[in-house]
Amino acid sequence: MAAHPKTFPAASRLLSGASLKNRHVSGWLLASPLGLVLAVFLLLPIAMIVIVSFWGATEFSIYPAFRWDNYEFLLTSPVTWKVFLNTFKYAALTWAFTLTIGFTVAYFLAFHVRSLTWQIALFLLCTIPFWTSNIIRMISWIPFLGRNGIANSTLMSLGVTDRPMDWLLYSDFSVILAFVHLYTLFMVVPIFNTMMRIDRSLIEAAYDSGATGFQTLTNVIIPLCKPGIMIGSIFVVTLVMGDFITVRFMSGSQSANVGRLISNDIALLQYPSAAATAVILLITVLLVIGILLRFVDIRKEL
Amino acid sequence: MDRRPRSFYLLAAFFTLFLLFLYGPTLTIAILSFQGPEGGLTFPMRGASLHWFRDLFEQQAVGDIWGSFGRSFTLGLMVMGTTIVVSVMGGLAFRKRFAGSGVLFYLVVTSLVIPSILVSLGVGLIFSQSGLDVHWATSGFGAQLTWTLPFGLLIMFAVFNRFDKSYEEAARDQGASAWQTIRHVVLPIIAPSLIGVALFGFTLSYDEFARTLLTAGSHNTLPLEIYGMTTNVTTPVIFALGTLTTAFSLVVIGAFLAAVWAMNRSRARQGSDAGRGMV
Repeated sequence: MAAHPKTFPAASRLLSGASLKNRHVSGWLLASPLGLVLAVFLLLPIAMIVIVSFWGATEFSIYPAFRWDNYEFLLTSPVTWKVFLNTFKYAALTWAFTLTIGFTVAYFLAFHVRSLTWQIALFLLCTIPFWTSNIIRMISWIPFLGRNGIANSTLMSLGVTDRPMDWLLYSDFSVILAFVHLYTLFMVVPIFNTMMRIDRSLIEAAYDSGATGFQTLTNVIIPLCKPGIMIGSIFVVTLVMGDFITVRFMSGSQSANVGRLISNDIALLQYPSAAATAVILLITVLLVIGILLRFVDIRKEL
Repeated sequence: MDRRPRSFYLLAAFFTLFLLFLYGPTLTIAILSFQGPEGGLTFPMRGASLHWFRDLFEQQAVGDIWGSFGRSFTLGLMVMGTTIVVSVMGGLAFRKRFAGSGVLFYLVVTSLVIPSILVSLGVGLIFSQSGLDVHWATSGFGAQLTWTLPFGLLIMFAVFNRFDKSYEEAARDQGASAWQTIRHVVLPIIAPSLIGVALFGFTLSYDEFARTLLTAGSHNTLPLEIYGMTTNVTTPVIFALGTLTTAFSLVVIGAFLAAVWAMNRSRARQGSDAGRGMV
């Protein structure tokens, strides 16, 4: 189109201008259903939560107002701080376990399984449990960890302990265990994906230059896997921080995280208070994501 | 073939343990769901029977399992269809790098990472404050899309990043219009990946709990029904339900895998159609 700019300067400017505008218009037309859904079911709800977080509530209804009471109560209550601390504890521990397990599993699949068919088959084997109801997967731990569960009876028959251990179920242990069970896959998939894209000749080169297996791992593979690790971390951290049902089930309602705080308020119809907690949670999650995104340009990595 | 290093066996053992960890609990409840009528929620097994499965089919005993299953299934199909169409359109749009695409992209990322209970709460509040009734097919449907669309779109990004643009150029050179290029060149090439998008869309919706909690209205979807059961049902009937839903998920995956397989096969059979189209 710009082949004869000197001959037809005005026409060529007009043409390239039109095609430029055309690109933006057709881009937005194609993206409009996506934009519409996100505007109505994401942006509007977030705005609504922010607005309602300033409202007041009676026992039976909520009413429009502009007061800071909800935030004041929330931020001055020691319970809130304890619950937030607990939320971070769950997120950090789950992150550490899922990262270690997820990386090891992905590493095995990507570098030790030699044929592509086997890689795909074993990978699929890991993903199948993911398609089962989360709630079913949670309750399936109960016959495992309970007082008379498989774990306790096995340990007792092995002579490790002479009476059932109570801390296996309804404890922080079982909460973290369930999180790891539910979310490790979210770590395996992105890490495996980046590992498969690593140029194998780089590893050959490291080997030829005399690097040990461990040195290759720390100096070549881990740095190249950083995007996958970051994307997996974002998934796991946000899922754990917003979770309320795993904590309720697996702790037997004995411990709480922020999600539980919100869902308790909702159950009591205290929507303004729930909304205020939700706003604080949202800010926290976005801050964490913001920090993680500093390390990687996810748009480039996709 | 050279010998495998010792690390291979260590890692293979680790991987096996991981699989046991993933499958163990689900297998346990599958076994326990075949308890006799006297059996409880834990071992030892007291007889073996289909008692608890029969219980499940007697509607009054455990709430509206079949109604909620029907709703979840319908909703899953609705979400699946919408996710495919909207993700493909979105994927095509993002290739154009239109003005404002960056903002939209971060909106998609936000949609992916926002705690699901916030979506549930916000959508619920909007519907109740504007006097609309929450219903699984309206508010529930929209709330679930905020979760399935980002996944669908991410898959489309991955697909289009590996897409060879010369096919499109060839089509354009031969005089195909923009729509013809998409319809006859782009869509057939990306079709197998769309099965992945469909699978994600359906199963994410079918299993979604938190986003449907406050948006489904008076008629429960299956995850909500299961959630309700866990608080008041203390018999292995809930394990029977778990076994059935797991089996159903396996059937769904099987169907999708069969579709991929069939598609690849028919492609292999047809081979290249170069030179045939114009005759």
